[in-house]
Amino acid sequence: MNLLTLSNELNTYLVIGAMLFGIGFYGLVQRRTFIGMLISAELILSGASVNFMAFNRFLAPNPTVGQIFTLFIMAIAAAEAAIALSIIIAVYRNYKSVDTEDVADLQG
Amino acid sequence: MSPSLLTAEGLSGLLFLSLVGVTLVGAVIAACAARVIRSVAGLALCFLGVAGLYYYLNSPFVALMQILIYVGAVCVTIIFAVMLAESDETKMPLKQNGLVGPLGILAGGLLAWALAALALKTDWHQAATKVNNGTVADIGQSLLTTYSMSFELISVVLFVAIIGSVVLARGGRSKS
Repeated sequence: MNLLTLSNELNTYLVIGAMLFGIGFYGLVQRRTFIGMLISAELILSGASVNFMAFNRFLAPNPTVGQIFTLFIMAIAAAEAAIALSIIIAVYRNYKSVDTEDVADLQG
Repeated sequence: MSPSLLTAEGLSGLLFLSLVGVTLVGAVIAACAARVIRSVAGLALCFLGVAGLYYYLNSPFVALMQILIYVGAVCVTIIFAVMLAESDETKMPLKQNGLVGPLGILAGGLLAWALAALALKTDWHQAATKVNNGTVADIGQSLLTTYSMSFELISVVLFVAIIGSVVLARGGRSKS
């Protein structure tokens, strides 16, 4: 176990992916605005992407599969960000707020 | 086995460690900063670090796409939304339970720890043979043969997302 050769080990990347996932989950729970929650969701997606790329580099018999899957994750994340942001803008126009606690018309 | 700091391997290891640091610090800023614009800056920093990690994973193409799509497109779009909607948490009255923060840290830390422990405890088996080297040419070839259907479908999804976001965002706007 040497600090300077960590870039050649599968476990390093898996731990980084897990940490990104954990930080993103914490943000998703703790954030009080829709935009902050969207940012945290992007963190979770990038944690998943790091895992895919690590398995692709070290274990996969065909090293294109993980890269293509990561490209698809990026496309889906971009589409998700566009849709979510326009929904946020529409909500802001109706409620004059992006606070998650204010949008509660259907709450009993 | 352990390279000295002054050789090429040592320097690249040092660069890798700083990339890991940039990624994690950016992620923490993105999740915790009180002002949303700082949060977006932290997200961009984190994505730059992840792009560097992809470079170390032998995929310069995906690293370039990460910078182009995430840092160049997604972060800029989020900044536009921040400017259009007043979204700072500092001015908001605190309405949520005080337990949410500590419980969130606990849940996130537990999830990260469980995933990391799972990854470290498993005995991963390497594939015996590699079909190709995963170069850009190989990616292009399999995108247009094996994955051509998904490739077409993803462009349809992006098209629908563009139309949908335009329709959603301009509804309720006056004609003037």
